[in-house]
Amino acid sequence: MSPSPHSPLPLLAARGLTFTRNDEPVFGPLDFVVAAGEALLVQGDNGAGKTTLLRVLAGLLRADSGEIDIDGRTAQASLRSRAIAYLGHLPAMKADLNALENLNFLCGLHGRRARQLPGDALGMVGLAGHEDSLARQLSAGQKKRLSLARLWLSPAPLWLLDEPYANLDLEGINLVNRMISAHLRDGGAALVTTHGAYAAPPVQTRMLALERPA
Amino acid sequence: MNGPSLLQAGSALLVRDLRLLWRRRGDAFQPALFALLVVVLFALALGGEAQALGKVASAVMWVAVLLAGLLSLDTLFRGDADDGSLEQWILAPVPLAWLVAVRVLSHWLTTALPLILAAPLLGELLHLPRDQLPVLLVSLALGTPLLSLLGAVVAALTVGMRRSGILVALLALPLYVPVLIFGAGSVARSAQGLDAVGALLFLGAGLVLALVLAPLAAAAAIRIALH
Amino acid sequence: MNPVLLWFHQLGSPPIFDRFAARWAPWCYAVAFLLMGVGLWQAFQVPADYQQGDSFRIFYIHVPSAMMSMLVFGLMAAYAAIALIWRIKLCEILAMACAPVGAAFTVITLVTGSIWGKPMWGAWWDWDPRLTTELILLFLYLGVTGLYHAIDDRRAAARAAGLLAIVGVALLPVIKYSVVWWNSLHQGQTISLFGDSKMDPSMQLPFWLMFVAVQFWFAGSLLSRARADNLRRESGKDWVAKLAAKS
Repeated sequence: MSPSPHSPLPLLAARGLTFTRNDEPVFGPLDFVVAAGEALLVQGDNGAGKTTLLRVLAGLLRADSGEIDIDGRTAQASLRSRAIAYLGHLPAMKADLNALENLNFLCGLHGRRARQLPGDALGMVGLAGHEDSLARQLSAGQKKRLSLARLWLSPAPLWLLDEPYANLDLEGINLVNRMISAHLRDGGAALVTTHGAYAAPPVQTRMLALERPA
Repeated sequence: MNGPSLLQAGSALLVRDLRLLWRRRGDAFQPALFALLVVVLFALALGGEAQALGKVASAVMWVAVLLAGLLSLDTLFRGDADDGSLEQWILAPVPLAWLVAVRVLSHWLTTALPLILAAPLLGELLHLPRDQLPVLLVSLALGTPLLSLLGAVVAALTVGMRRSGILVALLALPLYVPVLIFGAGSVARSAQGLDAVGALLFLGAGLVLALVLAPLAAAAAIRIALH
Repeated sequence: MNPVLLWFHQLGSPPIFDRFAARWAPWCYAVAFLLMGVGLWQAFQVPADYQQGDSFRIFYIHVPSAMMSMLVFGLMAAYAAIALIWRIKLCEILAMACAPVGAAFTVITLVTGSIWGKPMWGAWWDWDPRLTTELILLFLYLGVTGLYHAIDDRRAAARAAGLLAIVGVALLPVIKYSVVWWNSLHQGQTISLFGDSKMDPSMQLPFWLMFVAVQFWFAGSLLSRARADNLRRESGKDWVAKLAAKS
């Protein structure tokens, strides 16, 4: 893997990661790096541990063994939270708030990229005109787009995307790919899980295949 | 790049919660309504005679407020746990304990404050002696945040569970006992003509300790529960 | 490495702990039975209390049980703290094994306290500060056990219940103080039935025999329960299958 021009150190480096649940091994030991400007596609069947891996990297779960480095430094909570934006299965949107209010809250919580506004983000993901729609009234695909808007506003360089193509139509899939490409061009990186080959980022992508441990 | 400051994140959460409450304004009255039900049931069971009711009024009110608070604990974290918001709190660049503290504050404002405001009315229904009302109100003002903070630890421990019901009550009871004792006890002491300040100071001290320690414990519990 | 530390470290390994517990639990029970037998026999040798007569003899069961109910809670919290900070699985198991045993001691304390008090109070229950505290302690134990069994993931369950135990142990002195205060508020200065009575020298021997006996009983119970939980958790592993094939 050629070193990225943006930084000599990989954005994310994982060494010897293992995880068990109820004393059953879920994955491991894993060693991989993600450099700035590249995407890592995590593939595996259902139950292979893709979601678990992303949650471990995000900091929601603790690995049983192994180390995670971010920008060459050991990933402590404060460093990790500033460096990572996590898009999980649940949309994290409050049903009783409208799209703009949801975005405003999440930006207040995580911080916002300079010069980007929630209103612009909505336009970017194709939800222009839905500022006042309550999240409850949005379809599954629209809720996903709202989550993508939040992602776009995030200042974090490393994106952990768990099944980002789920619930989206063809246009939505293209949107995700466009966002990932732009993010990588800006020096960010992305880890994407998908359990089928139906969609993948059209950029410099490496594969990480997870198999059920023997 | 620097993340949001504590104040920014905290006020974003507070604004969100107040907005959410406004969208479901009716829900704010539920704890007060429940306390009213408890008071009515006690009055009916005790026979409605003014003297008899007045003797137990402050104790009944404390129990009613405690039970109403217990019932409302479920709404503290469950909504955010269900839609994935709690995960984003853990991932935020501000300490989880801080977010928990702000959440408990907004929860107290929306569930316990209406109770305290309704207390004089409930007191009238129970023929609470007038001179006991100020002490009762102070004890509630100090005690209900303490109940919210201790309850937050219990709610955090059970946040992942589906039908936690009676388990929450069982877990909360031992933690609530000292608050109930000093809260209701302060009014009892003043009724006996003794000084209630000591008991109230205990509540106050407990509140200060809980303000610091309870969010930390609840944050640890949330991380465990979301594992 | 220090041999004691090495031994502790090895004990954390599930198969080694299983052998250790299987070996020592029966001995603990045996010593406990022996000491209890002697202790109770001695308890009946001691002259009857001049005020309370023979019913005072229940003191020899009640007080050791009460002390154990408190000690076990503290031990449970200590194991839980170690398990949470250093993530040692064995300490999780030990902490959770403490809970039912401690709860049993609490129930024994309450029942014997009730029996002891009946001749004095004329009723089966009185809101004596010590008994009231024991009752709340029972609720704490039940809460820890209930929480442990309500969560599916065994490790998360042990950690959550352990955190509750730590919170409980921190609040226990507060609870005790508040109950004592409450009692003085509503019932005046009653002389507690189970007050710190000075022990006549003749009472010392049976009391200390019983006290040591319950410690051994507790150790035996703890090892047995911890061993069972350990086996259950490791049930998928080879060494457990081999063990089952042997017996």
